[in-house]
Amino acid sequence: MNRTRTILALLLSAWMALPAFAVQPDEVLKDPALEQRARNISAGLRCLVCQNQSIDESDAGVARDLRILIREQLLQQKTDDQIITFVVDRYGDYVLLKPRFKRETLILWLAPFVVLVAGGIFVLRRRATPVAPVEGLTEAEKARLDDLVRK
Amino acid sequence: MISEIGHFTLLLALAVAAYQTIVPQWGAWRNDAVLMASASVAALLQLALLLISFAALTHAYLTSDFSVLNVAENSHSMKPLLYKISGVWGNHEGSMLLWVAILALFGAAVAVFGRNLPDTTKARILSVQGSVGLAFLIFIAAASNPFLRLMPPPVEGNGLNPILQDPALAFHPPFLYAGYVGLSIAFSFAVAALIEGRVDAAWARWVRPWTLVSWALLTIGIGMGAWWAYYELGWGGFWFWDPVENASLMPWLIATALLHSAIVVEKRGALKIWTILLSILAFSLSLVGTFLVRSGILTSVHAFAVDPARGTFILAILAVFVGGSLTLFAVRAPSLKTGGLFATVSREGGLVLNNLLLSAACTAVFFGTLYPLALETLTGDKISVGPPYFNLTFGPIFLPLLLLMPLGTMLTWKRADVLNALRRLWWAAAAALAITLLVLVLTVRGPWLAPLGIAMGFWLIFGAAADIFQRAGIGSQPVHIAWARFKGLPRSAFGTALAHGGLGVMVIGIIVLSLWKEEHITSIKPGESIPVAGYTVVFKGIEPLSGPNYDGILGRFDIMKDKALVKDVVSEKRQFRPRGMPTTEVGLYQGFWGDVYVVLGDAASDGTYVVRASFNPMASFIWLGAFIMFMGGILSLTDRRLRIGVPKRAAAAPNAAPQPAE
Repeated sequence: MNRTRTILALLLSAWMALPAFAVQPDEVLKDPALEQRARNISAGLRCLVCQNQSIDESDAGVARDLRILIREQLLQQKTDDQIITFVVDRYGDYVLLKPRFKRETLILWLAPFVVLVAGGIFVLRRRATPVAPVEGLTEAEKARLDDLVRK
Repeated sequence: MISEIGHFTLLLALAVAAYQTIVPQWGAWRNDAVLMASASVAALLQLALLLISFAALTHAYLTSDFSVLNVAENSHSMKPLLYKISGVWGNHEGSMLLWVAILALFGAAVAVFGRNLPDTTKARILSVQGSVGLAFLIFIAAASNPFLRLMPPPVEGNGLNPILQDPALAFHPPFLYAGYVGLSIAFSFAVAALIEGRVDAAWARWVRPWTLVSWALLTIGIGMGAWWAYYELGWGGFWFWDPVENASLMPWLIATALLHSAIVVEKRGALKIWTILLSILAFSLSLVGTFLVRSGILTSVHAFAVDPARGTFILAILAVFVGGSLTLFAVRAPSLKTGGLFATVSREGGLVLNNLLLSAACTAVFFGTLYPLALETLTGDKISVGPPYFNLTFGPIFLPLLLLMPLGTMLTWKRADVLNALRRLWWAAAAALAITLLVLVLTVRGPWLAPLGIAMGFWLIFGAAADIFQRAGIGSQPVHIAWARFKGLPRSAFGTALAHGGLGVMVIGIIVLSLWKEEHITSIKPGESIPVAGYTVVFKGIEPLSGPNYDGILGRFDIMKDKALVKDVVSEKRQFRPRGMPTTEVGLYQGFWGDVYVVLGDAASDGTYVVRASFNPMASFIWLGAFIMFMGGILSLTDRRLRIGVPKRAAAAPNAAPQPAE
């Protein structure tokens, strides 16, 4: 109960702080290529105390700390993957805005494509087996058609 | 006193809804004309009662009657008039009241405009409509009553969340709700058709205008929401794949599919079962959206568990209507007559593919939104699903849809020739490619994806134009004949072209803004400037700010180009009095080729301010595109065929042979 309250309070404070903005000038790296990488990494990591914001968008203190951490690691010549793994090891899969492809997320990743493929197969199979009686003409109709064509 | 009248009429409306649910259905069963006719009276009465109820709540807000708990919690006497009004639906209870009021409005509209519906069908539609109203009225009366009194009344109210105090957001919920709730009509039509066991061209013709209204309102509602997020949230994004946004996108996707499949039912008598299913799904997703937004489950699964009364109630409503209608569907659908055979490559086939892609896209949004909730509830594991997921699932599914759209409009019914259709589109493709090459030559920077996106947008725009040209015979017929045919085209043809072309405009805006945005975050003193994309943003100074219900500071900025002033803008940092909550107002210059977007940030001790200036290329195209799509829907709605409705014979002979041979 108490924990829930804390979480709610945290969420609320994050929401209230929302309209200001995130990346501050003192954080920005001198090398534009590195800075762009930092922002790409940040955009894929969730701010843990916010409501559906990446740390790139959030101005919460935790987000700022993480942004600075990412930039420090970039300066240490670490790769994007190494940095992301480092963050995930500390905070868990929850920080990843792009969920990892594994057993628990199999349905999540595949469902849209399964719907597409299964739907497609269903439609095509129904196409392939048309309802026979409707397709053909009856003898009487054939006779009438021949009659009309001859005219 | 006035609140008590509102409370009383709310309960009366509940009783009327109960009547409307049971009696007309019974009447249709017994074929009793009097009982069936009473459905229309009930629908109108319900609207009148709920309007009184809604007016009573609005009155409480306008007069700042803080003895009403809802007003005390969500309003403030110093709030501007507009936000006193919009405050009525800016909270849970009031928005639910608006929800049922709009539901009653649609029900009454069926009662009034559905004169040519067969008696039994109309009675059953209004009965189903009444049952939805009944469920939500019970919910309001039991768990979300906006008329509860508070004793003793406080001197001042808590105020409305400041970020909601914005003109675009004031009218965003009513549009969106009208769109959501409008889909209840398609739902009621579908359930009535399942009960009757009859779906024909006339049915599709009745359903389409209602779906079209909902679709247009959802389109503009979502567009307004995106526009609001763009300039109010202060970081220039417009779509965040937030569950609340997804909740409105899902019904939109299915409504779009429904709009297209209903054409096939109307014109060709095929896809009936599928169309019924879509009607049920579209409204079900509206209910899912209402559940997501209103149950508090999004804030956190824990918040939902702490106060589950409301969420559980809406979940129960969801289970009854979705489960009930799907069960009815499973039982009755196999007995529906299907008809209208078509080749795989045909207009029908194209529309089936459209439906397949839209449904799969909706599945991506659905799983992306609900999977984390489900996983946490079942296993306790917490995962996040953000934009990268949607880019990788929704993106590749939606892309072929855009690519194939112009082609689909060129296919003929029953059996089509792709080469023939492509031949009519070659100039559209060539023009789109030419523009793309031009863009590639003129811009050296940026990702290669951008020119491709632009090509896609122009392909849609030119494809939409090609459809009109083709139908009018422009290019293939002598000018005077083409002109006469052009003038004679039904408005729905232009509506289609506008909706498709508008999507193209939006695609261009989204792609260009996402990929070519230029942003500078700098600490500057008054007098200094920031260069951004050929403009110069000059920081003029800081002034204190005092509004009706907020204080703060404002920064003045001059946006210059080639040493000439383009626009002077103001970015504000507001501190709202009742809650002490800060918001930011963006300084915005909107040009055709892009917006200059200036946000004032925090002050530092050395007298500098953090200022973020960005150039958002072609941002206006997004809202313009949404508006064009909306206008396409409205124009289509004024089509003579829909205005006049179903030919008289269908109404006159409801018991005639269900399906004339085609």
